[in-house]
Amino acid sequence: MADTSFDIFVIGGGPGGYVAAIRASQLGMKVALAEREHLGGICLNWGCIPTKALLRTSEVHHILHNLDEFGMSAKDISFDIKKIVKRSRNVAKQLNQGVAHLLKKNKVTVFDGTGSVTGSGSVSIIDQDGKQTDISANNIILATGARARTLPGLEPDGKRIWTYREAMVPETLPKSLLVVGSGAIGMEFASFYKDLGSAVTIVEVMDRILPVEDAEISNLAQKSFEAQGMTIHTGAKVHRLKSGAKGVTAELEISGKAEKETYDRAILAVGIVGNVKNIGLEGTSVVVDNSHVTVNEWLETDEKGIFAIGDLVGPPWLAHKASHEGVVCVEHIAGLDTHPLDTSNIPGCTYCRPQIASVGLTESAAIEKGYDVKVGRFPFLANGKAIALGDPEGLVKTVFNEKTGELLGAHMIGPEVTEMIQGYTVARTAEATEAELMHTVFPHPTLSEAMHEAVLDSFGRVIHF
Amino acid sequence: MPINILMPALSPTMTEGNLAKWHKGEGDSVQPGDVLAEIETDKATMEVEAVDSGTLGKILVPDGSENVAVNNVIGVLLEDGENVDDIDISATVSATPASEVKEDAVPVISNNSSDSPTATPLARRLAEQAGLDLSTITGTGARGKITRADVEALTDGKAADNVATGAERIFASPLAKRLAAEAGLDLSAIAGTGPQGRIVKADIEKAKTLLPAANVVGGLGMSSGGKFEDVPMSSMRKVIAERMAHSKSNVPHFYLSVDCEIDELLKVRSSLNERLEDGKLSVNDFVIRACALALIEVPEANAGWLGDGMMRLYRSADISVAVALDEGLITPIIPDAESKGLAEISSAMKDLALRARDGKLSPEEYQGGSFTISNLGMFGIKQFDAVINEPQGCILAVGAGEPRPVVKNGEIVPATVMTCTLSCDHRVVDGATGAKLLSAIKRLIEYPPAMLL
Repeated sequence: MADTSFDIFVIGGGPGGYVAAIRASQLGMKVALAEREHLGGICLNWGCIPTKALLRTSEVHHILHNLDEFGMSAKDISFDIKKIVKRSRNVAKQLNQGVAHLLKKNKVTVFDGTGSVTGSGSVSIIDQDGKQTDISANNIILATGARARTLPGLEPDGKRIWTYREAMVPETLPKSLLVVGSGAIGMEFASFYKDLGSAVTIVEVMDRILPVEDAEISNLAQKSFEAQGMTIHTGAKVHRLKSGAKGVTAELEISGKAEKETYDRAILAVGIVGNVKNIGLEGTSVVVDNSHVTVNEWLETDEKGIFAIGDLVGPPWLAHKASHEGVVCVEHIAGLDTHPLDTSNIPGCTYCRPQIASVGLTESAAIEKGYDVKVGRFPFLANGKAIALGDPEGLVKTVFNEKTGELLGAHMIGPEVTEMIQGYTVARTAEATEAELMHTVFPHPTLSEAMHEAVLDSFGRVIHF
Repeated sequence: MPINILMPALSPTMTEGNLAKWHKGEGDSVQPGDVLAEIETDKATMEVEAVDSGTLGKILVPDGSENVAVNNVIGVLLEDGENVDDIDISATVSATPASEVKEDAVPVISNNSSDSPTATPLARRLAEQAGLDLSTITGTGARGKITRADVEALTDGKAADNVATGAERIFASPLAKRLAAEAGLDLSAIAGTGPQGRIVKADIEKAKTLLPAANVVGGLGMSSGGKFEDVPMSSMRKVIAERMAHSKSNVPHFYLSVDCEIDELLKVRSSLNERLEDGKLSVNDFVIRACALALIEVPEANAGWLGDGMMRLYRSADISVAVALDEGLITPIIPDAESKGLAEISSAMKDLALRARDGKLSPEEYQGGSFTISNLGMFGIKQFDAVINEPQGCILAVGAGEPRPVVKNGEIVPATVMTCTLSCDHRVVDGATGAKLLSAIKRLIEYPPAMLL
């Protein structure tokens, strides 16, 4: 007879849930986890990871079509979309198996099925065959994640009108593609399909693309995408999408004028909603607000013994935020002297071409908060390594509190910036001031020198520009 | 060749000081002996006199500069026929080791000569952090310069017995340090909530909310509605604050009080004063001599705490006497008071008090001492407990002599009574030792002729 009593039961095996389970096991607790579909969750199976595999392909494609710059030439370059998708699925599968191995190694009991709360300290799991298992647990962690938001008139049909899920496994390359929404998900798909040859149109309701990023970065991104040949409509709306035999007909409102366009495919990337339904919250005191579960700094819900982490509890909807919350939550349950998550210090990365990465406050947010700011910039055009790579586009921007030297925010667009943002994040966590950043020796020649120069520029001391 | 004027060391241990004021301006002619500038340390103000004649060509460290390192170039003197263009700024930028400067170019200080050891900046900082006195370190670098290795040899080996260890290192983020400095907060008083108790930004923000609002919002020097004014503390106030807070929170004080009848003392005093031409004896002069003799009689009480398993037994009674100043207090010393007569003590005390009020004491005159007397009798204070003047082991708090009823032979009679309270550091002086000292002091005060023995 299998165990049915645990210290901690985690519902959901995504980057929040499985990390929480492993950390709990490390702390000597008896842990179980229920996952209804794939260990690793959306991130690993249908999000972050497989899209990175796709974007690697489109990057190689881009380079192959610009070989002349590097003194090379190639003929008959072609691709097979099925093979591209297959590679992406294999990458996800490899990591999915890796998570299963990690959970096994850490002695986490995994239930394949849909978990839901059935009472105080009790959970039931229903597997594919409808078989129910009842479990008791001292603590329940909800990590059920989120799914794509749909709006009235904008409903996916899975054939021509896609969500991220269908966009990740295309059977053919669309000739033309409408991307609704210009957040990270929208921009990454736009970049992938554009580089492979689709005609891409982006419609964003806000006045600029990537609206959470610094305005200067958004504007640079827009210029870059338009130079690549994308059509971008900001301050525009999509009222209705209609799937037909020849394509998707979109009723658009651009600059206040109604327009009708037809595209081969459309991708909906208009945000996400938390998976709060059918997990048994109805009978509890857990508060749900605007499709997200309300928690305190220790991820405790209003029902004693029930915790919630990750996308389910709200923005930023990022895997690394979910994982960190899982650790904080479990350590708090274990009575360790842990720290609440500082949501102001979570870096955000978008893997389009050019890449975008940021942490902390944008310039305008810092000014709005009343800080006197010192802003520095350094373009990759003046960075030796970027020029040698043949990718001297973009810039690094730093925002400092003039009075205290605190690094309030950092914003980057350009080559490999997603790999570099952690430098500024470490600096912020350690509460380094401009002095420590200036005193740090950055290796030459690297793209990261632009980070050093941006700091110097903030205080009028830039060397190479 | 232009002559560099260096920041002088007012005492062998001084590593930095404040440049209070220039007495000469750029372009003023200077004669040997002219006062060039005033240097302020934690307790004294000193004048820097010119040795050479010439013209003050350039002032590099302006009035009111704080924490100027010893041997930093503070100005440049031009000899006859030279002008400002002859000044090689690069030669004045960094600290010039004293040994490399022409002997006659070093300004002298009125009553002290500079012999501060030279050390690399890193060695200087390491020594400061470890609480090491540079003058106790032998330099092995070029021209005897103290290097990092010299300081580390001492800190690693915990070698010298007379080396006092410094405060524990405080872990704080760079941002927290800067915010604390701006808010005028003492990091050692703040509890850190970061990893391993590290002080982080949030801790400083919390500490700031505990301060009066005006301190934070207005900052230093800003007044609010005329109801108060926030002013920066003088160097002396900062030192008093630091030393008293350290003593009161680290030294286990205990207190012993005794009433001394001083009618006999007053009689002796007035008859002596009648015979003195100038300089009347004060009651305090008697108290100084009584304490000095009592300390020699009870040598185990003439002791100080050194830490690291060491205590100091003084061989002479060097009596520090608290002198109130407008901006604080200072404790000039009557050295070897046990071998000085009342008249000598009295005139020495008057001279010290006068120069203390003018800020003209040299550090040797107020640093050290084996025992302290604080007398608030002139304010009519009946009794008080004084804070021990570290590293000394005892301090005597003297109240006012006032007529009080006392019981003698079963009858209530009037007497002039002065209450004395001895504060003792229990780490070096126990109750019985302190009591022995205090009763010896009482005996001498109540029967002054015994001071002649």
